[in-house]
Amino acid sequence: MKARAVEGFNQRLERTVFSPLTHTTKGYYAFVLLLMAIVAWGLYAYVTQLRYGLSMTGMRNVVMWGLYLVNFVFFIGISHAGTLISAILRVTHAGWRTPVTRMAELITVVALMVGALMPLIDLGHPERVWYLIAYGRFQSPLMWDIVSITSYLTGSLIYLYLPLIPDIALMRDRLGRTSSAIKRKLYTFLALGWRNTPEQRHRLEKAIGIMALTIIPIAISVHTVVSFVFSMTLRPGWDSTVFGIYFVIGAIFSGIASILIVMAIFRKFYHLEEYLTEKHFRYLGYLMLTTLLIYLYLTFGEYLTVGYKLEVEEKHLLELLMLGGNAAWFWLFVVTSLIIPFLLIVIRRGPTIPRMVTAAVLINVGMWIKRFVIVIPSLQVPLMPFDFGAYTPTWVEWSITAGAFAAFILIFALFAKLMPLISIWEVAEEAEKRAPSVAEVAERTEVGLPLIKRR
Amino acid sequence: MEGDNKGLNRREFLKKSLGAAGLLAILGTPAVPLLSQRKASASAPHSASGNKKAHAWCMVIDMKKCDGCTGLGVPPQCTQACIMGHYAPEGMKWIEVYEQKLPGGGRFFQPTPCYQCENAPCVNVCPVAATYHNEDGIVLIDHHRCIGCRFCMAACPYQRRFFNWGTPKLPPEAALAEYSPLYPVPAIKGTVIKCMFCAHFLRDGKLPYCVAACPRKVLYMGDFNEDLASNGAEVVKLSKFLDENNAYRYKEALGTQPRVWYLPGHGQEFGREAEDPRELKPTVWPWADGSYERRRGVWPWKESDIWTWEARPK
Repeated sequence: MKARAVEGFNQRLERTVFSPLTHTTKGYYAFVLLLMAIVAWGLYAYVTQLRYGLSMTGMRNVVMWGLYLVNFVFFIGISHAGTLISAILRVTHAGWRTPVTRMAELITVVALMVGALMPLIDLGHPERVWYLIAYGRFQSPLMWDIVSITSYLTGSLIYLYLPLIPDIALMRDRLGRTSSAIKRKLYTFLALGWRNTPEQRHRLEKAIGIMALTIIPIAISVHTVVSFVFSMTLRPGWDSTVFGIYFVIGAIFSGIASILIVMAIFRKFYHLEEYLTEKHFRYLGYLMLTTLLIYLYLTFGEYLTVGYKLEVEEKHLLELLMLGGNAAWFWLFVVTSLIIPFLLIVIRRGPTIPRMVTAAVLINVGMWIKRFVIVIPSLQVPLMPFDFGAYTPTWVEWSITAGAFAAFILIFALFAKLMPLISIWEVAEEAEKRAPSVAEVAERTEVGLPLIKRR
Repeated sequence: MEGDNKGLNRREFLKKSLGAAGLLAILGTPAVPLLSQRKASASAPHSASGNKKAHAWCMVIDMKKCDGCTGLGVPPQCTQACIMGHYAPEGMKWIEVYEQKLPGGGRFFQPTPCYQCENAPCVNVCPVAATYHNEDGIVLIDHHRCIGCRFCMAACPYQRRFFNWGTPKLPPEAALAEYSPLYPVPAIKGTVIKCMFCAHFLRDGKLPYCVAACPRKVLYMGDFNEDLASNGAEVVKLSKFLDENNAYRYKEALGTQPRVWYLPGHGQEFGREAEDPRELKPTVWPWADGSYERRRGVWPWKESDIWTWEARPK
């Protein structure tokens, strides 16, 4: 009887997760069109920039990096979502992670693709980008970035694909007959002849385990070397030994916030309430709180150590950040991504999910601002006896930024139509493994009440 | 099946160990040139290069004689000659004269070319070796190699590097110049540019534009290998000249080892008082049209219309 009941759970799981792949609403098409329009506008801005050069941007000789670098750090930051959830939680055997892993890994892959584009858009001679391979020097932190980001992207793609194989095979078997010939062929090809034999399963588990272990150091290296682009220079605010871990923690922090947002969106539109429960939001909220506190600690330490000594250039920077032209941004970061989210998570009043999602949205807004106040003010501080530099992003930079965010959502939305966003086999496996809770047993069996009594 | 699994293990193991070896190699690489560079600079600039024939160029700036050309009522002539000689794009002062404060309330003037640092942060960070030391110790840029990432500008602690944000407006004769990293004219859009000690002149035994143009003979071009320096009017023994005039380097503590030495002063040799109120005169770019600070607007059919977010043309 138990076997029949579990099958009922599995069938419902398949139906819920597959339904977005087979049914598309008009709203979805409208949304995709809107996103494509924004991406196209961003492309137009980029073409304008190619034509007239970076003079189209607000950057000039003193503040020579701008929004593109801010977006770069931001996107690479949220790419740490995948690593944390799927790799660290997998290695520590946290069973509750299973419905979240696919989305987390997808955030990683898409954020890396968009983020890695940003420095290329920032180049004065993008057509010479292959020089990085032809004449690359490993003494340059930029080359470290390229090596780590491409490794991370490759690793994440493999890590996204491996747990997809059983699900693709399932799609081949369940949806193959009803879908178009191209889709059928795609499913058959990508399933790699998966028959769910014990040997295949054993090998897959092993491969996933190896990837989970491999990807953690790669991910940490990625944001460390992103920070090295800044901390290898003799600039106030950047010339810091704590930057590696500061960036890594910031990345995991905004990564978790991104997962929460994505989870909430797909939970609502794809009706995944049964699998993405309040528990998942609560647990991720705790993780977010942990990283928030570490980030707060590091931020405090970072500014106290330079603020206590007040070297001339550091003093200029602190004045600029806390009292001067960037003070509004800096304090907005403190309020939106540290104080309010902290209160939202700690004061457990009202429903969990809206609280966590509000906190997550605020954190991501605040962390974007934080990346802005890391990159820009350090460049504004004069290193020679002249005035503070000025920087106002132009319409080109804002358009390309909007295009990048739209591209991120667009790739996500398209993927969500092609592949299941919840790892079906892992969730089913976890459901089998786990001792069923009273409520679940009651729900799964037609005769639930006697079971409850027996307990 | 057991055998199969072992095979898989071995493959994975080999893959992983290859990856680890690669990672080690990557991590190890940067240390090697950095260490060797440390060594070269530790043995003092006097023997910066083992090659006896090579020069070891440096500049000595005697600020006892510099009044920023305020006494003459003209823009700083070093900067102006540099702009004219290199057809420098608008807004770029490869050698800029800064006004600095003295402790008693007076001021002095500090000409700042590129310092051609021996432990040059810009050269260290360039991902494609577009900026490099030549055999005479000058930091050059290959503008056909530069990808325009501006990492060198972020790394330079003296802000002595400039970027060609757009196609610079230059006089027609600039197009006749034959480009070389020694004489980067005409400037190329999307690349970084800076002072290169007029390396093309030094090669031919001539003095740079700024040195030759300075009316007060403030700037000396020196060569550590010959231990001589000249401002065009006199030749001095370099080591003695530095010692006897309390020479220092700007932001010495950074460890960048600049090749530019300053002799402290405020123009007293020409009778300038420290409290002299006369200001620096602005330099001019005769070919400039203000396009440097302008940005084009959104609509392509309004191309001639120049629209700015800030700094509208006055």
